[in-house]
Amino acid sequence: MFYRENGQFKSSYRADQQIFPILQDRVLMLALLVFAFAVVPLTAPEYWFRAILIPFLILSLAALGLNILVGYCGQISLGTGAFMAVGAYAAYNFHVRIDGMPLLLSLLLGGLCSTAVGVLFGIPSLRIKGLYLAVATLAAQFFVDWAFLRINWFTNNSSSGSVSVSSLSLFGLPIETAVQKYLLCLSLLVVFALMAKNLVRSSIGREWMAMRDMDVAAAVIGIRPVYAKLTAFAVSSFIVGVAGALWGFVHLGTWEPAAFNIDRSFQLLFMVIIGGLGSIMGSFFGAAFIVLLPILLNQLPGWFGITISTALASHLEFMIFGALIVFFLIVEPHGLARLWSTAKEKLRLWPFPH
Amino acid sequence: MGFFLETLFGGLMVGMLYSLIAIGFVLIYKASGVFNFAQGAMVLFAALAMARFAEWLPRWLGFESLVLANLLAFVAAMAVMIAVAWLIERLVLSKLVNQEGITLLMATLGIAYFLDGLGQTLFGNDIYKIDVGMPKEPMMVLESVFEGGLLLSREDLIAALVAAALVVVLALFFQKTSTGRALRAVADDHQAAQSIGIPLNRIWVIVWSVAGFAALVAGIIWGSKLGVQFSLSLVALKALPVVILGGLTSIPGAIIGGLLIGVGEKLSEIYLGPMLGGGIEIWFAYVLALVFLLVRPQGLFGEKIIDRV
Amino acid sequence: MSNRKVGDVILDVKNISLSFGGVKALTDISFDVREHEVRAIIGPNGAGKSSMLNCINGVYQPQQGEITFRGQHFKHMNSRQVAEMGVARTFQNLALFKGMSVLDNIMTGRNLKMKCGLLAQALHWGPAEREEIAQREFVERIIDFLEIQLHRKTPVGRLPYGLQKRVDLGRALAMEPQVLLLDEPMAGMNVEEKQDMSRFILDVNDEFGTTIVLIEHDMGVVMDISDRVVVLDYGKKIGDGTPHEVRNNEDVIRAYLGTEH
Repeated sequence: MFYRENGQFKSSYRADQQIFPILQDRVLMLALLVFAFAVVPLTAPEYWFRAILIPFLILSLAALGLNILVGYCGQISLGTGAFMAVGAYAAYNFHVRIDGMPLLLSLLLGGLCSTAVGVLFGIPSLRIKGLYLAVATLAAQFFVDWAFLRINWFTNNSSSGSVSVSSLSLFGLPIETAVQKYLLCLSLLVVFALMAKNLVRSSIGREWMAMRDMDVAAAVIGIRPVYAKLTAFAVSSFIVGVAGALWGFVHLGTWEPAAFNIDRSFQLLFMVIIGGLGSIMGSFFGAAFIVLLPILLNQLPGWFGITISTALASHLEFMIFGALIVFFLIVEPHGLARLWSTAKEKLRLWPFPH
Repeated sequence: MGFFLETLFGGLMVGMLYSLIAIGFVLIYKASGVFNFAQGAMVLFAALAMARFAEWLPRWLGFESLVLANLLAFVAAMAVMIAVAWLIERLVLSKLVNQEGITLLMATLGIAYFLDGLGQTLFGNDIYKIDVGMPKEPMMVLESVFEGGLLLSREDLIAALVAAALVVVLALFFQKTSTGRALRAVADDHQAAQSIGIPLNRIWVIVWSVAGFAALVAGIIWGSKLGVQFSLSLVALKALPVVILGGLTSIPGAIIGGLLIGVGEKLSEIYLGPMLGGGIEIWFAYVLALVFLLVRPQGLFGEKIIDRV
Repeated sequence: MSNRKVGDVILDVKNISLSFGGVKALTDISFDVREHEVRAIIGPNGAGKSSMLNCINGVYQPQQGEITFRGQHFKHMNSRQVAEMGVARTFQNLALFKGMSVLDNIMTGRNLKMKCGLLAQALHWGPAEREEIAQREFVERIIDFLEIQLHRKTPVGRLPYGLQKRVDLGRALAMEPQVLLLDEPMAGMNVEEKQDMSRFILDVNDEFGTTIVLIEHDMGVVMDISDRVVVLDYGKKIGDGTPHEVRNNEDVIRAYLGTEH
């Protein structure tokens, strides 16, 4: 009875095409934003920021980027970690080598470098798909792994192989405390999510989905496959690159190539699958799930009074991830996002059954 | 020159080891059209089973003979792999019968993670030994031609022979038996095969069991050489470039592909490596595969892929 | 029969031959299509009708022959160039984008007309928003025309077959084509649905002057709505003329009914 569209008639296409056409959704989103920007910083314990919230925000951003490529455009990528790495190291070089480089600019330039690499490794997608494309993206992953390990210029000739950044500031405001870092990530996430949502509901978004659903028919309508695929790679890598830069600068502080290895790529792919392919909201669900699950697994046995070793917990994590991937692919290939929208559908009728 | 040949042989041997893993991959693709990302996890799982059973069975059943332990462990590990094949068919494959390739690929990724976790939960996560009596000392050959002779690993040589034997057996199986024919029919078109009465689920269990067998053999050989540990699963990822090169549908192609990758890796590391800073083995195979994909996606021996409107 | 005055030749197919490996799908086919007319291509199954459309459309490249559109010669065209020239088509097996709604599917047909760049779309400001709304208005008119308003937000995969065929037509119409290639638009439909579809096709021809080339098996429909007919059999042309002429053509009768009649 609360979630009804009664009386909400749209008298213009503009109104019909809003991101949240239903009033209750708009209210909910506004409340969520207020909560995220104003309430959380004041109430959440410090540990939460470092362990849960900041990783969640940054990984959501990366998952968002990956979802555009895999979920909307149907191009599989197992090299997401590599693109994050490019973003991180590029941003690092801009930050360290150019005096007085503004933080935001470093991050965005990192994203642009990732775009260039992304488009380069996206070229194979013009001729191959499926497993073959997966292997091509693996080539990107391993090559980039190697490049940042062996080519000293990238790490500013660091002797230890790892790089670090410190004392960040944005437009004169320091980004030191957990809360400040959280707000930076949150702001960037909101901006990028909005732009991504705009893209997927515009003509480019439809081009991407057309390529995913039936690329031969797409060409017949006048969609350029090359443009569609390469823009998907470009936009996706840009977002992933910025996320990578944030991961290094804001979350880790100090990092080495291993932070962006193939496990990261798989982790992001799992987020996107579990959260929902082809859904902006799904990226958030997936990221939340994957960030919270290990923590849950660590705490849960304690609640039942059983102790398990960290090794066993990690094995169980693997098993649960694997099982969930298979479960979602069988039962609800559109992931948590679909479960959410089905629940909302039911809510629209509540308390009536149908 | 001698050094070059040694490197070449070394590369060929490593290549054979890759092929062993790739064969399982090709089997599953050939017979069910599925890209089995979990092949590497299956190799690790099988190796773990073998290693631990060889350790436990003597203790449980109270005997000492190593040969008997290995034999029984082999049987037990094979039984486990068949059970795994049956479970995969029941719980995953039958539910995803006519989904697109990308869905099945991601499902096998999930299976891989699951098997990795399960294997280590059941069998432990230390490094384990497999001792099937492989000769550990290398031998010297061609002493008359080259000063001091060339160093050749006997263990790798035996691995190569085993792989070759496996290929012959499997190729014969596919070509000559009625089960093999049924497998090829299923790979071509699931629904058509079903409609002529081929029991899809039984066929899949058979295929995955045979792939499990290939995984077990690969696991034993690799495990004997490197010790059974988690990184085996990652080494197995190299099987992907191998099948790209050789062709997804060709078992002999898996051998040739493996050899090419093995040799390519070793030679490029020695001769190209120093120019680029070393350690290029981690990406060489993949970049080579990438080049192939752009030039000849079906690999050296695979079937051409046609897109019908 | 349409009331429109038929114009000059707009599409000229000359000596097209097409083979796949050893199989000859089309042998030396020539015919022309006049502006504003409804031209049917008929023939037994496997005659090469779809392949002919695919050649016109740029999906297949014929080994020999050429196609002239409004006086411009093309030996090898790709699908996009053909689309830009104003040729749209529907597919026998429906090539709809199953994951998208009816509205979005038809909107993809407007793709060639949408000019705003990537950044403008990301910001969804001024020009980008206005363009999106303007195209939406155009597409809504097509939706009204095809009487599928109720289903505009439904994912296409969930609609019954007859409605999916209408969406396929809608997407082709959204391209504002000069020539519309229809590949068995009535396949799998019952009598009522066929009447509806015939009405839509004739309306498109009448109101917008679109030249129609259609492949169809239902002889009743062909006789009713087409101006001229081409008959193919085993990749060769065996008849060309008005429906009446073709119906009485010996070769055509033999092809459909076999010899000994």
